[in-house]
Amino acid sequence: MRSFVEEVAATPGGENICACIQCGICTGSCPVAGEMEYPPRKIIALIRIGMRNEVLSSSSMWHCLSCYMCTVRCPRGVKPTELAHALESLANQYGFTIRRTRTPAMYRSFVSSIKGNGRVHEFGMMFRFYLLTNPLAAVKMLPVGLKLLSHGRLPLKPHRVEGREDLAKIIQKFREVTGSQ
Amino acid sequence: MKYYTYFPGCSAEATAAGLGLSVQAVAKPLDMELRELEGWTCCGSTPYGSLDELESICIAARNLALAEKTGLDLVTPCSSCFVTLYKANLHLKEHPQLMAPVNEALAVANLEYHGNLRIRHLMDVWLNDVTPEVIAAKVQQGLNRLKVAPYYGCQMVRPDYGFDNPEFPQSLDRLVESLGAEAVPYPLNNRCCGGSLIISEESLALGLLRKLLENAVDNGAQCLATPCPLCQTNLDAYQSRVNSKFKTNYNLPVLFISQLIGIALGIDPTSLGLNTNIVSPNRVLDHIYKR
Repeated sequence: MRSFVEEVAATPGGENICACIQCGICTGSCPVAGEMEYPPRKIIALIRIGMRNEVLSSSSMWHCLSCYMCTVRCPRGVKPTELAHALESLANQYGFTIRRTRTPAMYRSFVSSIKGNGRVHEFGMMFRFYLLTNPLAAVKMLPVGLKLLSHGRLPLKPHRVEGREDLAKIIQKFREVTGSQ
Repeated sequence: MKYYTYFPGCSAEATAAGLGLSVQAVAKPLDMELRELEGWTCCGSTPYGSLDELESICIAARNLALAEKTGLDLVTPCSSCFVTLYKANLHLKEHPQLMAPVNEALAVANLEYHGNLRIRHLMDVWLNDVTPEVIAAKVQQGLNRLKVAPYYGCQMVRPDYGFDNPEFPQSLDRLVESLGAEAVPYPLNNRCCGGSLIISEESLALGLLRKLLENAVDNGAQCLATPCPLCQTNLDAYQSRVNSKFKTNYNLPVLFISQLIGIALGIDPTSLGLNTNIVSPNRVLDHIYKR
């Protein structure tokens, strides 16, 4: 059986994990390292000692903002931003339950909006997200929503683009070809 | 006249309506034609890539295949669309083993991607095809030394696309100065605004936004200017949330750089979508319009 680090290295975005020298510039450059269970340098160390469950059920990579500061500074070309996306993909693929973050639910609402409309319908996406997570929080966000609405920035009806049916067919075919569910 | 295939991105018709309007309004005066890509769908997006990287590349590839047929560069004003499309394009070119299944999938819609497309950020086009010098020569109504904090955001300059420095960018400063405004020193000019985590991890993002607003005000800025739709939405629509969380009193207009360009070119405020800005920019623009 292959090790966890081999599994990560075989996932797009995780390829360069073995080059890490644990210098920590990724963690030092990350604007949200202080909020993470395992900041970037530590999560790489955990992957390399095989802590699969701890890593894939953690909220750390879901806090990544994709600002790419770690990626441009890493002296070894590890690309921790892409690594975070690889870990999110693995956690999602294996159905890990992720506590202490609502980002996975937000991402799922986002993707479901794309699949339904061909493009992101922001109002629908947010509506679904609050319904899935905390409908009460939606009340708190109402003032922001109303401001966007009154400034013509939150169309309530989705724009269903022509290409959406083609897009659905392409996704279906891609799944068949690559053997993913 | 220069021609481009145009990819607006989903937000340009919704939360960033001001971007979509102003980008098109300034195109013609700058001798550009932006031809919207017919039938475009979501770029692929970071959230999609986080849940399923390969499938998001496949979704991006549909747009790449459509755009390739036009024979023109694909230009987008959205930094998130840019990073996604650019990365997908690179990935497909570097991994021929992925190109085959992607093209097999695209074939169901009679599409095929050959890897011959060039993807560009609109900032790159303004900077290198139009050039700040030419923009300066077209200015009708100089911005009268308006003090602007140029805010780049992340994904326009990182990871690295070659048209600006990933940590010490200058392109936006040059554009701002070309309009007769003053680009104030802004040390946090490429630090993150929180991105889409404003929705799922609001308090974390509000902390980042507060730092950006504070740093701009401390350096004497009268307004912020940014090319990025998500940065603008976060800084503008959530500014009141920052104020209530941190007991601050920020009232800093956040303009799209395309809106500032439009004002300097003498285009009317409605065509630039200035009425879609939540923190009203009227106060700081009065001394330009009423001169």
